Amino acid sequence: MGIRFILMVNKQGQTRLAQYYEYLTLEERRTLEGEIVRKCLARNEQQCSFVEHRTYKIVYRRYASLFFLVGVDNEENELAILEFIHLLVETMDRHFGNVCELDIMFHLEKAHFMLEEMVMNGCIVETSKNNILAPIQLMDKAS
Amino acid sequence: MIKPKVVEPLNQVSTKMEDIDNQLPWIIWGSQFTITLEGRAVVNAQIQLYSNLNELMRLVCNETQDDDYCYFYRDMIRAIRACKTAAEERAVVRKECASIRAAVSDNDNDYRHRNLAKLMFIHMLGYPTHFGQMECLKSIAAPGFPEKRIGYLGLMLLLDERQEVLMLVTNSLKQDLNHTNQYIVGLALCALGNISSAEMARDLAPEVERLLQFRDPNVRKKAALCSIRIIKKVPDLAENFVNPVASLLKEKHHGVLLTAIQLCADLCTASEEALEYFRKKCTEGLVKVLKDAVNSPYAPEYDISGIADPFLQIRLLRILRTLGHGDADASDLMNDVLAQVATKTESNKNAGNAILYECVETIMSIEDSGGLRVLAINILGRFLSNRDNNIRYVALNILMKAISVDGQAVQRHRATILECVKDSDASIRKRALELVYLLVNETNVKPLTKELIDYLEVSDQDFKGDLTAKVCSIVEKLSPEKLWYIDQMLKVLCEAGNHVKDEVWHGLIVVITNATNLHGYTVRSLYRAIQTSGDQEAVVRVAVWCIGEYGDLLVNNIGMLDLEEPITVTENDAVDVIEVAIKCHASDLTTRAMCLTALLKLSSRFPSCSQRIKDIVNQSKGSLLLELQQRSIEFDSIIEKHQNLRSALVERMPVLDEATYSGRRTGSLPAVVSTSHGNSLQIPNGVPKTADAPLLDLLDLSADEPALQNSSGPNFLQDLLGGDILSSASQSGSTQPQKNGTDVLLDLLSTGSPPAQNGSSTADILSISQDNNIKSSVIALNSLSSPMVTSAQSTPASSIMDLLDGFGPTSTIPKDNGPAYPPLVAFDSSSLSLIFNFSKQAGSPQLTQIEATFTNKSSDIYTDFIFQAAVPKFLQLHLEPASSNTLPGGGNGSITQKLQVTNNQHGKGRKRVESSSSSSHE
Repeated sequence: MGIRFILMVNKQGQTRLAQYYEYLTLEERRTLEGEIVRKCLARNEQQCSFVEHRTYKIVYRRYASLFFLVGVDNEENELAILEFIHLLVETMDRHFGNVCELDIMFHLEKAHFMLEEMVMNGCIVETSKNNILAPIQLMDKAS
Repeated sequence: MIKPKVVEPLNQVSTKMEDIDNQLPWIIWGSQFTITLEGRAVVNAQIQLYSNLNELMRLVCNETQDDDYCYFYRDMIRAIRACKTAAEERAVVRKECASIRAAVSDNDNDYRHRNLAKLMFIHMLGYPTHFGQMECLKSIAAPGFPEKRIGYLGLMLLLDERQEVLMLVTNSLKQDLNHTNQYIVGLALCALGNISSAEMARDLAPEVERLLQFRDPNVRKKAALCSIRIIKKVPDLAENFVNPVASLLKEKHHGVLLTAIQLCADLCTASEEALEYFRKKCTEGLVKVLKDAVNSPYAPEYDISGIADPFLQIRLLRILRTLGHGDADASDLMNDVLAQVATKTESNKNAGNAILYECVETIMSIEDSGGLRVLAINILGRFLSNRDNNIRYVALNILMKAISVDGQAVQRHRATILECVKDSDASIRKRALELVYLLVNETNVKPLTKELIDYLEVSDQDFKGDLTAKVCSIVEKLSPEKLWYIDQMLKVLCEAGNHVKDEVWHGLIVVITNATNLHGYTVRSLYRAIQTSGDQEAVVRVAVWCIGEYGDLLVNNIGMLDLEEPITVTENDAVDVIEVAIKCHASDLTTRAMCLTALLKLSSRFPSCSQRIKDIVNQSKGSLLLELQQRSIEFDSIIEKHQNLRSALVERMPVLDEATYSGRRTGSLPAVVSTSHGNSLQIPNGVPKTADAPLLDLLDLSADEPALQNSSGPNFLQDLLGGDILSSASQSGSTQPQKNGTDVLLDLLSTGSPPAQNGSSTADILSISQDNNIKSSVIALNSLSSPMVTSAQSTPASSIMDLLDGFGPTSTIPKDNGPAYPPLVAFDSSSLSLIFNFSKQAGSPQLTQIEATFTNKSSDIYTDFIFQAAVPKFLQLHLEPASSNTLPGGGNGSITQKLQVTNNQHGKGRKRVESSSSSSHE
């Protein structure tokens, strides 16, 4: 299992989406998110996109006001995860049209549906945007 | 005819066909409607046909305007966003949760969807949402796709595999896995893959297996990932999946390939047989897939910045790594394609670099092929000199792995790596430091350490901890000589003494005691160091310890090395240093306690300062810290009353055994359980005391409180060890590390049993041994409890306890008659006394003979007298029959009984015996 959690956090450090692929209690999640966000948001643009924290390696990327943070284990290819974050953003862009923090907040479940199509149990399932969005668009069309 | 029902939230505005005032109409299939309340559109919905390509699903009625559902969901989010403080947010959430709870208890179907969406948001914010769990299950059990979809999402987010509620969902999952609609099957697979427990995995594995052959590839790919979860939860199911995977690996669909490869990798790690199978059957196929991917023409679907599906390529390279590792034939097969990937992949985009990164790792771990290795090392070199920090980071990462394969190649980059240690980026620094640590060897240890220590001066505060730990470890591991070791450690301590772990300065003290010819040099260096770096706790501790031990060498400039400049230190200067340390507010208990001991030692080394030292010691008499108060009172008594004994007491510490110390550090000896009281006596490295005179430590035993007595025994031993990392031992009889040797020390501790019980006194025999320094064995008796006489519970021992004052200095320790042991009054009350006589036979030190003598002091006759004893597992106890079972009263006549204790671990570690005796009487 490569990916252990995916977080979307705004500039202020508020979590906007959280998906864990391993069990953590609410309390543990809150502290973990707090620690990671503090660590990552303090870094500048030139510094590398990888931060080691506890047993996790966090790969993060900033898009405008939104940070995408992916916690992986040590064996994972960091550059590939970086590319995956970009793919996730592009997919969301295609659906929402230039995705922003509010899109994710107001359509939390949609964002989760997309994520569900891309990652399962910490593994990447699908990397084609068409395939990822097909079921979601079908639902939209139906409603 | 269907009654309109709120099912699915959407915020798209539908076309209005007709307005119906204030009443919910019955609508015919296909029509659209709007309901207005007081002139405002409340529901604007349409009835639709929901279908996929295969079948007519069902009618779905959707609310399509955001006034109702979305009003509430959005309203909550707006309210939360508007919150200025955490307290406000909590209030909003509390209100929302209350309304959701109400809806839950009303079993409100219409708003379940909306409530679940809200709950997910609330859960994400970190509030408990357990009350919504059943809602998820109800939603999943609903027939429609939208309900199921939100239900499964809620299931994955709000529940986890540890909750029992999950068991209830197994049946729904099973139905959905067999559903005719592929999207519903997909939902169920996804949920199962994310949260399945072992039971569920076992129950549903056949369904998943079947779905691996489903007609739609989107279901197959999810089934493959679901299988990963299943075999992780129930490894013995793995073999069922081997054959299906082999056929999935031949597919064209990228999603299926991607997931099948991951499943294949998991199977390979799960079973050696599967690995062999895949190695034989699939290596060629996978190589071909990779070749196709590298050479494939532009495919927009999976293209990322001009590279065809990098994710798939990376997965392929990874599985090839598993297959090629340790197998020359398989490695041979993949040589060509790896060379192709390494040369053809563009390295100006992140995606390309990700592939190259993976490729280099694969080349490094498959079986040797010279040409490929060169290629990989070149790529690494390019990475390392890249300006992009991400690339440099991964380069350092691979170098770590490459070091075991090709150390020489990595050594070539040493200078660059050393630069990375000083990078402004914490992640890169950390990686580089770990790499440097691996790079250091005997030949380059000196220059590398110098670089690192130089950098220590300027590094960030938060990096100093890591850096010092690594430097210390390097110095300890590879130090060529003691002088260099001591020098480097002093430098580190001066720079970052507050960041070092206790083991580090403990280790330093051990080395110092061993470097007999450097004692003078060391103490003088430390004296200088404490002048400049007195704020670093570790420097202070080591300096205080050394000045206490080697104060005379400091003052008289003894043992000068050629490279040293002489300094003039008076006795008063040396005492000054310690006085400053003990009075410094920053000093903690350990430091102050060490100061006190150092002062005691100096009082003997510097007779002229004796009065001044006594005054300083006396100042701690009023300390609120029990340990300090106790020490100062005891030391004062030694300085005051026992002049003739003092010099023997505070002799220099014997050389501490390095082997034992390092053995303990690496954990080869059992860890020590901390005292059940967890009190202030846990002073690692205690205070150095001479091993010739354990008497000093016996003072600790004279504490009045039972609690302290219990722990002071172990502490006594701990103190004997001086520079050790022992924490106090627990009362409960744990095996403790100890040095080699031949002597035995018995320590009997009382557990003060309540009078109501039949009575038991716990004897605690600790056998301590120290190389060749302890020539005496001491039997310390703390207190004994009487089984019968309440008032006598702990008093009888008091005279023995205060060994120092009670026995006088000369009679205290039978110092020279090693093998003879004084008799021990193990138990004494107004009615019964028990005396142990110990003897050992020469040549069998592990065997201790104990003769127990019982005397009845009461006027009654004891009949059926039984003595029982218990020892821990490493001891063998042999009880011989007692001479009688009747004990006449009035102190005339006694019973004797022989005990024989064999210590199986003699000489290996410290032993501890709890023997309890219980007697019954009439």
